[in-house]
Amino acid sequence: MLKTYTYPHYPYVQSPEQQTGQVVRHPVVVIGAGPIGLTQALDLAQRGIPCVVLDDNDTVSVGSRAVCYAKRPLEIWDRLGVAAPLLAKGVQWKVGKVFFGTGLAYRFDLLPEAGHKLPAMINCQQYHVEEHLVQACSQAPQVELRWKHKVLAIEQDADCVTLTVQTPDGLFKLQAQWVVAADGAHSDARRLLGADFSGQFFQDRFLIADVVIDPKGVASQPFAAEPERWFWFDPPFHPGQSVLLHQQADRVWRIDFQLGWDADPAEEKKPEKVIPRIQAMLGPQVKFELEWVSVYQFACRRIDQFRHGRVLFAGDAAHQVSPFGARGANTGIQDCDNLGWKLHAVLSGLAPPALLDSYHEERAVAADDNLGHSTRATDFITPKSRSSRRLRNAVLELARTEPFARPLVNSGRLSTPTPYLDSSLNTPDAAPFAGLMRPGSPCADAPIESCGKPGWLLERLGQGFVLLSFGPAEPVKAAGLTVPVLQVGLDVLDPQGLLAQRYDGQPGTVYLIRPDQHVAARWRQFDPAQVQTAVRRALKLH
Amino acid sequence: MPLQRQPNIPEPDWFYAELIEAQRELSEEQANMMLAKLVLILCNHVGERALLSEAIALARSNTLAATHPST
Repeated sequence: MLKTYTYPHYPYVQSPEQQTGQVVRHPVVVIGAGPIGLTQALDLAQRGIPCVVLDDNDTVSVGSRAVCYAKRPLEIWDRLGVAAPLLAKGVQWKVGKVFFGTGLAYRFDLLPEAGHKLPAMINCQQYHVEEHLVQACSQAPQVELRWKHKVLAIEQDADCVTLTVQTPDGLFKLQAQWVVAADGAHSDARRLLGADFSGQFFQDRFLIADVVIDPKGVASQPFAAEPERWFWFDPPFHPGQSVLLHQQADRVWRIDFQLGWDADPAEEKKPEKVIPRIQAMLGPQVKFELEWVSVYQFACRRIDQFRHGRVLFAGDAAHQVSPFGARGANTGIQDCDNLGWKLHAVLSGLAPPALLDSYHEERAVAADDNLGHSTRATDFITPKSRSSRRLRNAVLELARTEPFARPLVNSGRLSTPTPYLDSSLNTPDAAPFAGLMRPGSPCADAPIESCGKPGWLLERLGQGFVLLSFGPAEPVKAAGLTVPVLQVGLDVLDPQGLLAQRYDGQPGTVYLIRPDQHVAARWRQFDPAQVQTAVRRALKLH
Repeated sequence: MPLQRQPNIPEPDWFYAELIEAQRELSEEQANMMLAKLVLILCNHVGERALLSEAIALARSNTLAATHPST
């Protein structure tokens, strides 16, 4: 069916260790070459940690699947050097329209704050994302991608994990000091370890379709103008249900139809059923071709513990959310960001394995935050009773004329990072600060100037501990590390004053930034002893 | 400020009559929709989250405790 994209097939290669039967112990093995596993491999590689990625398949995501990528994951990919091709490929949108019945309920503009390198959101098919990430991994000498490698058993003791893996050449064993299980919502690793994965299943089904629309002769928005996100509640072409329309790369549109619980998935997927449905939605004048179609049911649930000994769960293997609000892949990428530097610190002997418990501590809070957002959007989109449907419709009808009702309309909220405000790695503030950069928060970007050239703060924060100072400060030796200084006004200039504004950077202020570009601590004046204590705290050395 | 649970509406009979009158010639569904909208309009006007929580809890507990539950 697919016309705009040809799936790559990556070659299976028998590993030397399977050939020789010699069991090799790797620092890190990642299970699953999806967007999360590949991002984790790139992050570890960039920190100098060799990494083996196992995937039971030999290609990328079938169908568009995760489509929307928000600013924070784009910032993480930018740090890993892979954002540029995705930005070039993806589609940026700012305007969203919400329809109720036959009319427009309201229109919103994401109005992204100026002075950030990366946009609020791009739309890009998951297969494009994965293909770019595979390409980047292939160019990273520390990453070894092994296709057609299916994990059948996981055993672990105090020293390492032993994986039994099946390939076209049979079974073999390999060992890892640490395993990152990023093998998706139906994670084999989770099942093999018997981890609990509980939550709420929604009694609803959705049809998702990728559609190529011929722009010729199509004057009507959103096909001929700037990309927009359109969401319908109870439209005439699909009464009683909701529909979402999103533009992706290569003039492929993604349409999600809510079908209801009684729908027959096999029947609904048939082209003779799908095509008239889409034609009714787009109107008779629009020519289109179907690329891919699938029916899914979703759940909102999360794993009991993100860390099971030497196995760490990331992405959908650890948490599954409803698709509303684009939270699945976005939060998974942030899992990698949190885990990478901690694995590096433990593997290089800078921190005890207890640091990895903070991966659960911080990311479980983020997962719960996302699950809450996702469940609330689902409850609004698919009301569970007649009276909740009435309240929902009351909100939508009021929204047409009454501004107060518009914030109550929830067709999925923009995914934003969850700050780790209560993390045990944070050093609490000892002095008052204004703004959002509280300990545990992801660093906000800001335009800077360096050597006469414009740039961005996040590009300069790097991926180790760093002191961002608004006054004189010295590099600090702590816990076997030397923490360098990035001084505003000296190393980087703040031409628009946005950096000082976003960080409440009064003269003398110093921030300790973690390797994942989150705030660990901040002070109103530089004191090396306090920096040392905060670094040790952020590494669980106390 | 806690939720006002003492009489606060001047001329209560006239207020109640106005509320009923506003539902005249509406279908059952329209009348229910009107009440839903009224709730939302007033909640927005009040705005104070703790007060709204108190009012929501009162409406729920009062409904559950009713000796002649409405259908």
